Amino acid sequence: MTTTSTAQSSAQSPAQSSAQPYLDQHGRIADDLPGAGLPWLDRLRLEGIGRFSRSGFPTTRTEAWKYTNLRDLARTAFVPAATKPTIGLDLLPTVVPSGESPHRLVFVDGRLRADLCSVGDLPPGAILTGLAAALDRHPDLVATHLGQVSPDEGGPMRALNTAFLADGLVLALDPGVRLERPVEAVFVGIGAEQPTMHHPRVLIVAGRGSEATVVEHHVGLGTGAYFSNVVTEAVVEDGARLHHYKIQAEGAEAFHVSTLVARLGAEASYDNFVLTMGGRLSRNELRPFLGGSGTECRLSGAYMVSGTQHADTTTVIDHAVPRCTSREVYKGVIDGAARAVFQGKIIVRPDAQKTDGYQLNRALLLSDAAEIDSKPELEIYADDVKCSHGATAGELDDDQLFYLRARGIDAASARNLLVAAFLLEALDEIRVETVRDAFADRVRDWLAAGRPTV
Amino acid sequence: MAATVETAETVRAVTEQKYKYGFYTDIEAETAPKGLDETTIRFISAKKDEPEWLLEWRLKAYRHWLEMEEPKWAKLGYPEIDYQDAYYYSAPKTTNKPKSLDEVDPELLKTYEKLGIPLREQEILAGVENPSIAVDAVFDSVSVATTFKKKLEEKGVIFCSISEAVRTHPELVRKYLGSVVPYSDNFFACLNSAVFTDGSFVYIPKGVRCPMELSTYFRINAKNTGQFERTLIIADEGSYVSYLEGCTAPQRDENQLHAAVVELVTLDDAQIKYSTVQNWYPGDENGKGGIFNFVTKRGACRGRNSKISWTQVETGSAITWKYPSCILQGDNSVGEFYSVAITNNMQQADTGTKMIHIGKNTRSTIVSKGISAGRAQNTYRGLVKILPRAEGARNFTQCDSLLIGDKCGAHTVPYIESRNRTARVEHEATTAKISEDQLFYCRQRGLSAEDSVSLIVNGFCKQVLQELPMEFAVEAQKLVGISLEGSVG
Amino acid sequence: MLEIKNLHATVDGKPILKGVDLIVPAGEVHAIMGPNGAGKSTLSYVLAGREGYEVTEGTATFRGRDLLAMEPEERAAAGMFLAFQYPVEIPGVTNMTFLKTALNALRKGRGEKELDAMQFLKLVRAKTKELGMSEEMLKRAVNVGFSGGEKKRNEVLQMAVLDPAFCLLDETDSGLDIDALRIVADGVNALRGPDRAMLVITHYQRLLDYIVPDKVHVLAGGRIARTGGKELALELEEKGYAEFGAAEAA
Repeated sequence: MTTTSTAQSSAQSPAQSSAQPYLDQHGRIADDLPGAGLPWLDRLRLEGIGRFSRSGFPTTRTEAWKYTNLRDLARTAFVPAATKPTIGLDLLPTVVPSGESPHRLVFVDGRLRADLCSVGDLPPGAILTGLAAALDRHPDLVATHLGQVSPDEGGPMRALNTAFLADGLVLALDPGVRLERPVEAVFVGIGAEQPTMHHPRVLIVAGRGSEATVVEHHVGLGTGAYFSNVVTEAVVEDGARLHHYKIQAEGAEAFHVSTLVARLGAEASYDNFVLTMGGRLSRNELRPFLGGSGTECRLSGAYMVSGTQHADTTTVIDHAVPRCTSREVYKGVIDGAARAVFQGKIIVRPDAQKTDGYQLNRALLLSDAAEIDSKPELEIYADDVKCSHGATAGELDDDQLFYLRARGIDAASARNLLVAAFLLEALDEIRVETVRDAFADRVRDWLAAGRPTV
Repeated sequence: MAATVETAETVRAVTEQKYKYGFYTDIEAETAPKGLDETTIRFISAKKDEPEWLLEWRLKAYRHWLEMEEPKWAKLGYPEIDYQDAYYYSAPKTTNKPKSLDEVDPELLKTYEKLGIPLREQEILAGVENPSIAVDAVFDSVSVATTFKKKLEEKGVIFCSISEAVRTHPELVRKYLGSVVPYSDNFFACLNSAVFTDGSFVYIPKGVRCPMELSTYFRINAKNTGQFERTLIIADEGSYVSYLEGCTAPQRDENQLHAAVVELVTLDDAQIKYSTVQNWYPGDENGKGGIFNFVTKRGACRGRNSKISWTQVETGSAITWKYPSCILQGDNSVGEFYSVAITNNMQQADTGTKMIHIGKNTRSTIVSKGISAGRAQNTYRGLVKILPRAEGARNFTQCDSLLIGDKCGAHTVPYIESRNRTARVEHEATTAKISEDQLFYCRQRGLSAEDSVSLIVNGFCKQVLQELPMEFAVEAQKLVGISLEGSVG
Repeated sequence: MLEIKNLHATVDGKPILKGVDLIVPAGEVHAIMGPNGAGKSTLSYVLAGREGYEVTEGTATFRGRDLLAMEPEERAAAGMFLAFQYPVEIPGVTNMTFLKTALNALRKGRGEKELDAMQFLKLVRAKTKELGMSEEMLKRAVNVGFSGGEKKRNEVLQMAVLDPAFCLLDETDSGLDIDALRIVADGVNALRGPDRAMLVITHYQRLLDYIVPDKVHVLAGGRIARTGGKELALELEEKGYAEFGAAEAA
């Protein structure tokens, strides 16, 4: 049988036409991007725009995007943020308590704002700076790792980020260096009349035996639309420990797409927690590659969505070597007509004997129009492994509700209490106490903000 | 006593035979010319003396099929299938359909005897007061015999080949054929709709509990022949039937295509229990030969309180692509899927189920046991979908995989989509191997390594095997052992 | 019945047994005691033929045959029974099925006729009753969800049904309270006879109050360090394994 579509082959496919505006814009601004003229970076960016223009935005026909439709994103005309919005320190939303004196970097519409940062003292052997600055001051460090962390070239969204990357966070720790205080990176998106886009790039290189805590805070101010397309690359070398946490509290009209690729060495430890609460549409994709044996990788998160929000959590844990442990715990509540997506894949390659993999996704539907789509997936090519996953979907337990009400607690409070307990259980996965407490406050705030009760 | 008791000795009894159904019957056959076009379809339809509406339906399907592409989403790798390089019709040569078994070609009867399928009613009746199984035997493209029709007719049960049903009960066939699996449903179902040759038809009237198990035995014999059977079972209000299906094929070096469609319909308070032991030729240990098995099975619980239960033991075929599903339309209806899928050597299976919850308080249970050995790949793929109207729906899914050896793969790909707050969906999956401890423990008690594996795997599958009717359970346990031969030390 | 000479064995390349010499004649019950890490369990696994236990030197002759050359199931068929320290769980396989499968495998191995379902049921019911076990236990999956005591009792039931020539009891007393210990010991004692030999491996003397041995051996440092009568067990109870110093620390 032959296909019937040969006649159209000369015309642009829908995918390619969705990429055309980006291709045009790239042509206009590429020469003005930070680091333009560095041959390796020019090449990377060109490859990025090339890949994206061939594929366009992913569609739901692509299995990895089956449940998340980027149609509205693709239809919106975004432009790179041009103006430098005024924003006072007093308005700056932060999550790590000031008492912790975090090393704080602030990005507004994707660009570092030195006037808002408070980096503080760093131990010798630690670099913490903006990406644009790093291209200037540490070009070799960036060239070594940027775009090099993942064994694969990645999908369209990663390519798009690479094409437009202008700024972001760079954290590099020499072997054995330990950061006592957390790094907090605040990414502020300002919704403007003309929707803007930013493509922050985060690069973390944790040398052998080093340790750090990094908190990413993605937050929106204002009500307009914007598109934040984040890519984080993390190298966690042998014996290093990286605690990596994130709050996604983008504006109500914002699109947030983020992709994390991490390469973990032997006996390393990486733990990631994402609290998803903002944005009109968000996708949080995590792809850790376990390339050294004896490593522990923990991915977890909580999502709380309402209205017509769409929140997608996608994880791919790739066990390539023996004796690694991975653990995933995600819990979420879905209210209004919101939709949550969880796709979690554990790959155990033929050599990865003695793998221990565990995954759990539990979703609470709080309203009649809420929806959860869950796809927990195991792909296993080694026999001496212990892998399991569980997924549940449902509403609050009637017995528990009744029990609380019988003790005199009104229905709404009882429900809030149970929902809080459900979500806070996921927060137990966060190993850094101050971060855990700060995130828990956000959960309680969200619940107290008077979601329409059912 | 539990059926599993017989396990090890039965396994031992058959260990010498690798694929005991691999023989070939030399029988004169009438065959349509090789290849597929509208002429082939008209030929099949004419051979079967079909009414015009059915021919039109076939042609519509065929024309639609030409526009379709073979699905590639399953985790299966196989060479391109040349649909023109196969025969679409092959029938044992007889001038007329035999009126009684005495007129059936003795070679054919011998074949079924060899397969252990009783077709001679007298022989069965000689020893048994109340026969427990009626059989429809399908040889290549056509039904060759159906037993105990008389006895069933007394109860109003219709059990015959679908070709015969087209002639004798056209109103039922026309009403239900394609009503659960439309001709355009998927590539393979569409192909089947165009070229299906035979299969079984069952109608259980209102309030009747079918007095015996109904069984169809499928046999692919002819070379290069695709088998495209079509089964339609309708359980009218308040009725019950248990239906068994078995399949074998000769051992050949070429791959053979099997693309069947099974449609089940239950009306109010009706119940169908559908059991399959699929043992098509799996190919040799290097992956040469074997059946490509692309099957669409779907049941519609149309009525309130109705129930459809699928139990399958899949041990054969080089490629298995099969997702017996339930559309739970009627309020309080129940869907069940119990599956054992064993892949060894170079076999590949991508199998699972779809449970679509539409009605209120619908319930589904999925228990899947996948066993992978040799260099095989075994995938569970399933969908649980809760639609907004399905108040109080419940699903429980348990998927367990067992790996034997470090060259095989076991994969789990469940899709869970819930759009009703009051629905409760639970999914659990595990992957493990047979532990050295278990093996040693069994061997210390005197079992050989292979018997130990067979025993442990049968234990692993017990939850599913115990759903099978007794006659099948014993057969299935034997198969578990045989299928895994050579998988350890 | 069992004759072990200069037996050396390694686990993961590490020498554990370093020249064990032991003779257990028919009709006798011998005990092997010793400090933790002396190689007691290794000895039982080597005799039963477990993978990963490599014999580097020496011989073991069982009823005139070279035990070490046989597969685990051949040893079982020859009459060697190991009561496991940690009986293994086999989900989905009932005790009944397991016992019948094992018994008929052994009978076949010995050239005896297999028992049919009725004969087997009669036998197993009788044995269950003798051991004071409930028949309900037969319907449960092998060791799955069994308490420590039930598991050990189940080992003794298997021993009673399979009727071996030689019983190797590996720390059968571990994890048992005093009542369970008595029941298990009674079961074992009921199996004592002129044609059967037993080797009881234990860390504590306690079990030997109930299963009184003909001889007691001390396994220390991978060898039989001392042999005596049943009074040796009492002596060890009092003095501990201190005199076998080096091994105690291991």
